[in-house]
Amino acid sequence: MFEIKNLKASLADEDKQILKGMNLKVGPGEVHAIMGPNGSGKSTTSYVAAGKGGYVVDEGEVLLNGENLLDMEPDERAAAGLFLAFQYPVEIPGVGNMTFLRTAVNSQRKMRGEEELNAAQFLKLVREKAKSLKIDADMLKRPVNVGFSGGEQKRNESWQMAMLEPKMCILDETDSGLDVDAMKLVAEGVNALRDGKRSFLVITHYQRLLDHIKPDVVHIMADGKIIKTGGPELALEVEHNGYADLLNEVA
Amino acid sequence: MGALVQDSPVEALLARTGAPRQTSDWGANARLAARGRLGRLGAPKRRDEYWRYTNPALLLADSAPVSERIHSDEPPVFDAVDKLLVVFVDGEYRADLSDDLTGEGLEIQTLQEALDTDIHWAANVFGVLESAGQKPVARPMAAMNTALAAQGVVIRATGKVARPVCLRYLRESDRADVMVHHVVRIEEGAQMTLLENGPAGARMNSVLEVDIADSGAFHHVRAQGRDHGRLAHSHLFARLGASSLLKSFTLTVNGKLTRNEAVVELTGDDAVAHLAGACLGDSDFQHDDTVFVTHDAQNCESRQVFKKVLKNGATGVFQGKILVQPDAQKTDGYQISQGLLLDDDSTFLAKPELEIYADDVICSHGSTCGAVDETSMFYLMSRGIPRKIAQNIMIEAFLDEAIAEIDNPELADDIRSRLSGWTERHS
Ligand SMILES: Nc1ncnc2c1ncn2[C@@H]1O[C@H](COP(=O)(O)OP(=O)(O)O)[C@@H](O)[C@H]1O
Ligand SMILES: [Mg+2]
Repeated sequence: MFEIKNLKASLADEDKQILKGMNLKVGPGEVHAIMGPNGSGKSTTSYVAAGKGGYVVDEGEVLLNGENLLDMEPDERAAAGLFLAFQYPVEIPGVGNMTFLRTAVNSQRKMRGEEELNAAQFLKLVREKAKSLKIDADMLKRPVNVGFSGGEQKRNESWQMAMLEPKMCILDETDSGLDVDAMKLVAEGVNALRDGKRSFLVITHYQRLLDHIKPDVVHIMADGKIIKTGGPELALEVEHNGYADLLNEVA
Repeated sequence: MGALVQDSPVEALLARTGAPRQTSDWGANARLAARGRLGRLGAPKRRDEYWRYTNPALLLADSAPVSERIHSDEPPVFDAVDKLLVVFVDGEYRADLSDDLTGEGLEIQTLQEALDTDIHWAANVFGVLESAGQKPVARPMAAMNTALAAQGVVIRATGKVARPVCLRYLRESDRADVMVHHVVRIEEGAQMTLLENGPAGARMNSVLEVDIADSGAFHHVRAQGRDHGRLAHSHLFARLGASSLLKSFTLTVNGKLTRNEAVVELTGDDAVAHLAGACLGDSDFQHDDTVFVTHDAQNCESRQVFKKVLKNGATGVFQGKILVQPDAQKTDGYQISQGLLLDDDSTFLAKPELEIYADDVICSHGSTCGAVDETSMFYLMSRGIPRKIAQNIMIEAFLDEAIAEIDNPELADDIRSRLSGWTERHS
């Protein structure tokens, strides 16, 4: 389904390799978590998979249903079914949230050769998806993420995810900057999208999010690669003992 | 001062059209005075402080360049708006294409009719605001216009004018050299909207003098056509009474050379003046906004919002000044000018100026220039929006602060749809 194969990537501006041979395989319907200390390359993994500029891929592949995403533009990756919920959602003044997402939904449909949604169909879909995430009309009308609270921004990411119905979702530190209630709301949004087929890669620094979004597999990342893979108990181990022991283990 | 600058460019300018028709005494005197002004000021020169960024040569040339007209099936801007339509073809008023010059709450005539009338209110405005606007910065091409222009309208708003007056400038010739001069008087408490649309000619020089009495409101929305080779040099001179309002917005797409000058004087307390412009230029495009706002009364607000999108070697210029006179306490002045460069070949030149002689004022200004924000582009693209569309979204968002200065949502949406048409054609 989704596979990262021996991915090595460097910064474009500096001669510095960040990802040093990432390997990961997420099956259909599975939820995997990546945990790891700050600076280990978790966000970089998500950016390289989604196609952000500023990185050079030195080696490796990122496959979604057998297609190498690295050969595609970011918009094509999205249309192929990849969704990245950003650690820091971007504020875009002057672009209405609703207009933005309607353009996104229809661009994807067009690329996939599906019929575009008209205004009424789109609005119906919005109503369906907005309710459970407590997205109010005001948030839809405002410019994308501008003046949104941390919780609103993350709910907005979840709403976009729900609207776009991706096959593979990468969530980068979705819990950062959220209080417990806000985190629960976002987690519920994610759980509602678990349908046995859609896969998730949940990046988090802390275990607490994984109490709400239960992973099947937990990976520990350090210095640009996965150093250990296990079940949910691995997250608890990190919670109790920190990363130090694990890092020593490998060293 | 006062010494005659004998340079042949001035004579060439004055010889541009035949001598204008004889008019009433006041009209003849106003034109004669304007000739004298032009003689004293001399033609604009490259070394003049406000002509450094824009070469006046093409505006001074003996004849207009050939500028092909654009052929398009698109309805004209403001077509759907309920309006009083006044049509000019190659700069000449055409009664046969225009609505009757009557409307509720307003008097409207051609400039020539007004000039032919012995006693006319326009005598207090025609050439008067232009003349006042020559200080401290000379605008000789406006004086030339007053001396020579035979075409235009004079409008007096006496009440709340329901329908906008729309001046539509059509072209039939590829080389018409056009001069129009409009005079507007907004009486106390009166309100009106003036729309202007079209390139007018291969070369156009325009003057719009607007005198707004206390509590009057004047809304002005302008689109300067889509023709590529045309030259346009416009001047807005406005005088604002107490508690009055001026809002002027200009959309420019294409055009070889555009210079839009605005000279606004806030003479009564609590007046508000907003000037805004959005421009999009590709390739052979020089676009210059030169704005001078003088605060001469207390508690007035002025706002300048100018945005330029430039690509393939296009040049944008902004020269904007806020002058706050000693008595103009509680002035609230704001000015922003921004260039969005779509490549490395394009240029944005800005000269923002504040000159403040009062102590209790808030004035701020800012100017930025840069490329489309890559982080935002990635965010849009990561949601499935292709690069070109994402860039167009960013362009439209960039310009929106200027378009938001248009109060009437129907007009604003019309402008928005025009610029998204442009971004689609040019992406
Ligand atoms: N654009 C960038 N410029 C400079 N350094 C970067 C950039 N992106 C990532 N890095 C560096 O790469 C390393 C991994 O960063 P990141 O992927 O954000 O880690 P994580 O998400 O695990 O905290 C860090 O040392 C970080 O400073
Ligand atoms: Mg990170």
